[in-house]
Amino acid sequence: MMNSIPVDWIWGLIGGLLIGTGGAVYLLANGRIMGASGILGGLVDRSGWSTWKERAAFLLGVFLLPIPLYPLYRAVDTHITSNWAVIIAAGLLVGIGTRFANGCTSGHGVCGISRFSLRGIVATVFYILAGGVAVIIFRHLLGLV
Amino acid sequence: MQRLIFAFIAGGLFGAGLFISGMTDTTKVQGWLDVFGNWDPTLAFVMGGAIIPMAIAWRFVPGRKPLVGGDFPTPPKPEIGRDLVIGSTLFGFGWGLAGLCPGPSIASLSYGGVGHWVFVAAMIAGMMIAPYLRVTLDRTVPAE
Repeated sequence: MMNSIPVDWIWGLIGGLLIGTGGAVYLLANGRIMGASGILGGLVDRSGWSTWKERAAFLLGVFLLPIPLYPLYRAVDTHITSNWAVIIAAGLLVGIGTRFANGCTSGHGVCGISRFSLRGIVATVFYILAGGVAVIIFRHLLGLV
Repeated sequence: MQRLIFAFIAGGLFGAGLFISGMTDTTKVQGWLDVFGNWDPTLAFVMGGAIIPMAIAWRFVPGRKPLVGGDFPTPPKPEIGRDLVIGSTLFGFGWGLAGLCPGPSIASLSYGGVGHWVFVAAMIAGMMIAPYLRVTLDRTVPAE
């Protein structure tokens, strides 16, 4: 029986507001779209090398800021699968797919949907559907994840 | 320097938000995608929460310049092409498989264990081969 809103949803909302505020800072201060795959991908394939310092500073913030927050939140365990083949296949798919689509959950999802971008909305529909199919296949049919 | 400080602050807010929201917990992401199992709607709250400040921010863009100079990005061509659809589908499949997307995979590097480093290494490898795959794809399925 549920007598209040699950605490996870509240943490989710607070975290979401922080994520969106980060995107707002990156947009209004630096004039850039906060898309994790684009910021990293531009470093990886050198297409964004002229702005490498800004990209590195952003990624450093993403990496470092969770550390002082460990005591605040219980879910430090990420429950990642121990199946290496799954991890590697998933990483490759995420890397290839986000570069093809030119965006991921933050760029197309958060930044795209909030400006009513049709591209962002279509991308989000496709990656959520594909993610759902992956879970059906690999969790319910194969029992791998 | 200002540009770097703001980039670090933006990244820090992003990383902190991903951590606090629980989105670096792969089971919560897979729980959201698992419509036929024990569905977990947390991700919708995260997405909704993130869209609010962003939607407000977009309203400040027209007719202004970014704080540290330069210009705001021009809106992309509203093209729903082959690459967007194929790319998002591949990405989504990988996302469901491991429960990780690019942002959370970086935010969780300090505490997720070696699996997260392997994931990020594979993701970077994927980003490196993507341009070559695109050339191959152009030969087999020409873009519109």
